Amino acid sequence: MSHTATAHADEGHAHGAPQAFIWRYVFSKDHKVIGIQYYVTAMLMALIAGVLAMLVRLQLGFPNSTFPLLEKFFPAGFAGGVMDPAFYTMLFTMHGTIMVFFVLSTAPVSGFGNILIPLQVGARDMAFPFLNGLSYWTFLPGCIVILSSFFVGAGAASGGWTAYPPLSAVKQAAPGSQTGQTLWIIGMVFFIASFTMGGLNFLTTILNLRTKGLSLLRLPMTMWAMLLVAILGLLAFPALTGAALMLLFDRHFGTSFFIPAGEVFNNTPLAGNHQGGSPLLWQHLFWFLGHPEVYILMLPALGFTSDLLSTFSRKAIFGYKSMVGAMVAIASLSFIVWGHHMFVSGMSPYIAMVFATGTILIAVPSAVKVFNWLATLYQSRIHFTTPMLWALGVVSLFISGGLSGIWLAQGAPDIQLHDTYFVVAHFHLIMAGAALFGVFGATAFWFPKMFGRLMNESLGKLHFWFTFVAYYCTFFPMHYIGIAGHMRRIYAISPPTGFYEYLRPMEPINHFITLSAFVLGSSQLIFFVNFFWSAFKGKPAGENPWQANGLEWTTQSPPPHGNWAGAIPEVHRWPYDYSVPGAPQDYLMQTDPAPIGAKAH
Amino acid sequence: MATVLRRGLDPGAGAIRDGAAGQPPPAAIGREDEPPPGLGFDPVRFGLLAFMVTVSMLFVSFTSAYVVRRAAADWAPLALPPLLYLNTLLLVASSFTLECARRSRGARHLWLVTTAALAAGFMLGQLGAWGQLAELGFFLASNPHSSFFYMLTGVHGLHLVGGFSWLLVLVPRSAQGALAPESPALGRLAIFWHFLTALWLYLLLLLFVI
Repeated sequence: MSHTATAHADEGHAHGAPQAFIWRYVFSKDHKVIGIQYYVTAMLMALIAGVLAMLVRLQLGFPNSTFPLLEKFFPAGFAGGVMDPAFYTMLFTMHGTIMVFFVLSTAPVSGFGNILIPLQVGARDMAFPFLNGLSYWTFLPGCIVILSSFFVGAGAASGGWTAYPPLSAVKQAAPGSQTGQTLWIIGMVFFIASFTMGGLNFLTTILNLRTKGLSLLRLPMTMWAMLLVAILGLLAFPALTGAALMLLFDRHFGTSFFIPAGEVFNNTPLAGNHQGGSPLLWQHLFWFLGHPEVYILMLPALGFTSDLLSTFSRKAIFGYKSMVGAMVAIASLSFIVWGHHMFVSGMSPYIAMVFATGTILIAVPSAVKVFNWLATLYQSRIHFTTPMLWALGVVSLFISGGLSGIWLAQGAPDIQLHDTYFVVAHFHLIMAGAALFGVFGATAFWFPKMFGRLMNESLGKLHFWFTFVAYYCTFFPMHYIGIAGHMRRIYAISPPTGFYEYLRPMEPINHFITLSAFVLGSSQLIFFVNFFWSAFKGKPAGENPWQANGLEWTTQSPPPHGNWAGAIPEVHRWPYDYSVPGAPQDYLMQTDPAPIGAKAH
Repeated sequence: MATVLRRGLDPGAGAIRDGAAGQPPPAAIGREDEPPPGLGFDPVRFGLLAFMVTVSMLFVSFTSAYVVRRAAADWAPLALPPLLYLNTLLLVASSFTLECARRSRGARHLWLVTTAALAAGFMLGQLGAWGQLAELGFFLASNPHSSFFYMLTGVHGLHLVGGFSWLLVLVPRSAQGALAPESPALGRLAIFWHFLTALWLYLLLLLFVI
């Protein structure tokens, strides 16, 4: 059999790329274009959500100052130059919502998933290109709906990204519970619909369209992550769809799924005939999605990290099968631990024990991953490129964020720490930070496959070091103020604007955190400059600038329509054959025939 | 191309290969033990099954909400609107006729039209059941059981509208004789349609029997 015998028939792409601009770059069905659309949209959303976070930090760091300048930008939110408390609640709600769903689920999964899956499994495109295009054009309206909520009547949703009823279910509960909350629900439904379409594509493509020779155990870790993320999304998101529908009915059609009897808001009893609803039901449904959701953010970053560490230490990944097993274990356990978000909900301590046990069990596969990464690095000659720095950053954040997770996993310490800044520190380090660093690493690494060019290394390293240091300076002190009792989602802690005199000693720390956050926020501008400059003016990359060995590096940068100009290559080994004894170079491509080197994985 | 490679990499590390494209493809590499591509499974059918799993999860979450909500003190069970018996019969019959259409050679078009008529009958019947309940004074917000009844039948109905539109695409194609004898499109529709029938039987059990 000759090498030109490919795994797939090529009839789908015999026609070549569409020529009209609108079909080629706007309503494209090409996975690479869709991936870039997703990625760029997510990064712009990140910019907005980042500004929201900066405003939150401004209030916490300078609670008694006035900002006449900001009144010009936000006449209602900064009336008289002082932040309105209701505006503050909208800020953190929308920061969380946008970051979790529209940035950190979107950039690594929908962005890099789309760009990388067909390239790494050896397919011409995703399994359902039309569905893929439709998914982006469902996502974008979701973004627009979510952003538009800032401009309606009383403003955006303000009940937290978790949208707990009755705050989110009753319109008179808060200004943000009016039209803003409705738009929040509609935006989420758009998002879930688009994510579901993406998940179907991911799952089908990875399982059904792999090229000849690419068995599951030859997949890069990134592909394992994408596979698991797709499964998690398909199984977990429907719980939020259902809950959101019920919440919508409670808000607009008078049902009582979540609203109990006897609610009183601003000394006015709630109108209508609400009774018997259970706010706890929302919490269960939300967190049945919510916990797998945080792994939807995390797993791609863990996958990227494994691939980047192996490439830049020029060593095979340590314990591939245990890495796969660890990811599968993390993904499976994520479905039975949602209760650890609800330890203070009046849950029976015995049930809490079950959830706590499941949660602590996650530490085992997580530790497997960390030790495997360290073993991959051990005695290797590390190339400190920008992508490698980000990957090492993920390892660092995964460890420091994971350790606080062990505290929060258990009922007794969590009752003390629940809803304090300790939690904020924990999830920003492990979930948000690791996912964000993973995205930055992946961007630097796979930029050639997006734009055919390399990102600037000096700017990249500058961006990394500013971000890394400022990230720890911002979030590490939050552990301390959290243990001291500083609650999250609070507008001001100590008099005159706040109520808690005992938290006054935390104010200097808040001040420091805010300054660090400003450094963190402004250093992201380096990334945006580097991104757009490199996309147009960067150094042409060539096919394989990192001397990596995955399938995506066997084609042009950027790959042509249909991904390989000729036949789809056949795979003969896993993508981790670096420094194989007896091989002519320090890496063997996945497409190199098997007999080279000691053994074919 | 090869010169760009060294940027950021330690030039002294190991033997760095020259051509970025790697070696020329080896001439003959047929290996008996190479795993077969993919799952050897129709990708569209696979995607459809995955979609049915995610729809099932939606109804699993509704079920858990239903079970929790039913334990509250204000639960007032509705009587089953008798029209639902007829609707159920229509939907089960439509599954049957669709299966006949799939197996039939000569009368396929007739079977498909019958299926569409039965499906339309089911959907109209569901609206009729809503009307019957409303006449008795049970609306969406009247009590938790009626809320769940309207919501679950509504969400099921929406999925059925999706399947029905798919059916309406296939009917003219079968009239033109454009459907192959073992039409995969018809096979996929049948899977989805039977799923919706089974889902309706489940909902009927959940709402009025269990």
